[in-house]
Amino acid sequence: MSELTYVEAIGQGIWEELERDPSVFVLGEDVGSYGGAFRVTAGMLDHFGPARIRDTPISESAIVGAASGAAMMGMRPVVEMQFIDFISSAFNMITNFTAKARYRSGVAMSLVIRGPSGGGVNAGPFHSQNVEAYFHHTPGLKIVQPSTVRDAKGLIKSAIRDPDPVLYLEHKYLYRRLKDEIPEDEEILTPIGKAAIRRDGDDLCILSYGAMVHLALAAAEKLEEEDGLDVSVVDLRTLCPLDDDTILERARSCGRILLLHEATRTGGLGAELSARIAEHAFEWLDAPLMRLCPDDTPVPYSPPLEEVFLPSLGDVLNKARELAAY
Amino acid sequence: MKGALQEFGGEMLGHEKAKLSRQQLVEMHRLMLLNRMVEERLGNLYRQGKVVGGLYSSLGQEGISVASAYALRKGDKIGPMIRNLGAMLVKGVQPREVFCQYMAREGGPTFGRDCNLHFGDLERDLVAPISMLGTLIPVMAGMALASQMRGEKNVMMTYIGDGGSSTGDFHEGLNLAAVWKLPLILICENNGYAYSTPTHMQMANTRMVDRAKAYGVRGDRIDGNDVTAVYHSVRRAARHARSGKGPVLIEAMSFRMKGHAEHDDAGYVPTELVEAWRHRDPITRLTRYLLEKGLATRVELDALVEPMKAQIDADTDWALASPMPRPEFARGGVFAGDGDPRTEGARA
Repeated sequence: MSELTYVEAIGQGIWEELERDPSVFVLGEDVGSYGGAFRVTAGMLDHFGPARIRDTPISESAIVGAASGAAMMGMRPVVEMQFIDFISSAFNMITNFTAKARYRSGVAMSLVIRGPSGGGVNAGPFHSQNVEAYFHHTPGLKIVQPSTVRDAKGLIKSAIRDPDPVLYLEHKYLYRRLKDEIPEDEEILTPIGKAAIRRDGDDLCILSYGAMVHLALAAAEKLEEEDGLDVSVVDLRTLCPLDDDTILERARSCGRILLLHEATRTGGLGAELSARIAEHAFEWLDAPLMRLCPDDTPVPYSPPLEEVFLPSLGDVLNKARELAAY
Repeated sequence: MKGALQEFGGEMLGHEKAKLSRQQLVEMHRLMLLNRMVEERLGNLYRQGKVVGGLYSSLGQEGISVASAYALRKGDKIGPMIRNLGAMLVKGVQPREVFCQYMAREGGPTFGRDCNLHFGDLERDLVAPISMLGTLIPVMAGMALASQMRGEKNVMMTYIGDGGSSTGDFHEGLNLAAVWKLPLILICENNGYAYSTPTHMQMANTRMVDRAKAYGVRGDRIDGNDVTAVYHSVRRAARHARSGKGPVLIEAMSFRMKGHAEHDDAGYVPTELVEAWRHRDPITRLTRYLLEKGLATRVELDALVEPMKAQIDADTDWALASPMPRPEFARGGVFAGDGDPRTEGARA
C-alpha cells in the first residue's frame, strides 16, 4: 500500500497504461522535461522517451487533431490540456472531427483528452472553468470526472482503454488535498457509465460530481447530526453517458433530489438531470427538483468574489433544508 | 491569376523529366477523364433533381488530384477535400459510391449519414474530410506521426485551397508537422477564388509557397494544370518526407472553372480569366502532349472513353436503384457497441 494524492493517481494510471500498451502515448504542452504544469507526467520522459512523451507547440486544435489522426491509425493518445479552459481552442476539432468520426465513417477513435478543471484556487476566469456542458451536448464524446483518488486512477485507465473519445476532467482543487491508500498490485479500472453511491440515505439525495461531492458529503454529515436527516450522496463519475439506472433509482427511493455542481447553472448538467428525472420518475417525487450551482457569470478571481461564486457548505445546508421541508 | 498563366508559359515539364512512362501518362489521362465524366454525370443528376444538396466540381483542377495521388504508393494516406474526386478515383473509389453519396442513398459508403465526398476508407488509404476547412491538416499530421512512431515510412497527403489556408488549423497543423518533421505533404491548390472571395482578399502575399520558408519546410510552386509537373513535385516531396526531412508545402497554380458549387454561376469571376484558363485545361494539354510526342494515337485515347461511359452508366443505374436509407440507419454507431446497423447485419 502506498499513499497517493489524486494528482499522483492520475499519473500512475497513465504510467501503467504506457507500460502495458505500446500504442499509448502522451502529448501536450510542457508534458516532457517539465513533467506537466501540475506534474502529472513527471518522470515519464526519462522512462518512456521523447517519442511517447511529446511536448507540443501551443496549438490545442492541432494537438487534438494530431491525436485524432494517430488514433485513426490505431494509436491511443492521451492529450493533456494544460488547463481544461484551453480546450475551447480545440472545440471545432473535438466536436466536428473527433466526435463525429465513428458515426460518419465507422472509424474507431480511441483517445483521451484530460486536463485540470474547476475553481476554488483563485485562478480567475481562464484557469477555473468547468467545461463539461459544452461537450455534453455533442454526441460521440464520453465525459468522466473523478472525485476520489481511487477513481482518479481507475477512470484514467478505463478512459485510455475505451474505444471512443473520452474527456477526462480532473479537478485541480482535489489534486493535492485528497490522499488515499492505493494497493500497488491492484488493477483498478473504474467502469465508465457507472455512478457511485457515496452515502446511503432515503430522506433526500444529492446528485453531484467532482469536488462538489466532498461538499455534499460534509453537508450530509451535518444534516444527520443537526437535523436527523438521512441524506444520500451520488457521485456521478461519468457525465456522459449518464448512469440513468442509478439516478432514477435514487430519485424513486428518495423522492427529494438536490442537483449540485460547480459549473454555472443555465444549460448545465443539472438541467439535463432534472429533465431525465422529471420524465421518468415524476410520480415518485415529493418535492420539486432543486439545483444548487453558481450564478451565470464567469469565474471571478479574487478570493472573496470566488467565494460568492462557488457553492459553500452553508449554501448546500440551506438548500437541502429547504428541500427537506417542502 | 493571370500572372500564374504567364509564369508557367504553357510548356509542360514533360514525361522524361518526371520519369513517367507512356503507360502511366495514358493512365493519368484516363483517370482525369473519369473524374470529369463522373462530374458531368453528377451534373445531369443534379439537373434532374436527384442530387440531395450541393454539387461541387473540380473542373479544370483534375490534374492536381489525379497526378498527386498517382505519385504516392499504397499505404500513403490521403485526406481529400471537396474538389479532390480525382485523388479518390486513383485510390480505387468507384463512381457508384460517389453517385450514392450525392443522392443520399443507402448504397453509399456512409449509408446516407454524410454527403458528397465526405467519406473515407482507411483500407483504401482515404480519410473522410469534414466541412470545416483546415481540420485535415492536423489530422493528417497525426496520421503521419503514427507512421513515424511505428517506423512505417508512409507519407500522408492532404489538400487546402487558397481560402482554407486562412484558417488557424492550417497554421497549427503545418507548424506541428514541421516541428516534429512529420512525413506530410500539403498541397495548396491556389485556384483563384474561395467561393466569391479572390485570393488577394484572402492573403496579402498571394504566393502561398512563401509560407514554406516561414514554417521551415520545403516548398515547391508548380503549374497545377500540368500533370507531369504535379507528379514530379509530389514524387520528390514524398521522397523528402519519407526520408525523415519533414513536411513539404506544394503550391499548385490552377483555376476554379465553375462556381463554388453548382448553384453558383460565378458571375463575380471575369469572363476573360475563365477563357484564358480554358486554354490551359489539364486534360486537353495532356492530350495534345501525348499526340504531339507520338506517345498515343487519337484512336487509342478515344477508345478510353467507351468503357468508362459504360461503367458510369451502369453505376448510375446501380445508384438510382439503391433505395433511400431505411430509418434504422439514423441511429447507432455513435459509440462502440451501441447497435451500429452498419456492422450488425441490418444491411440485407
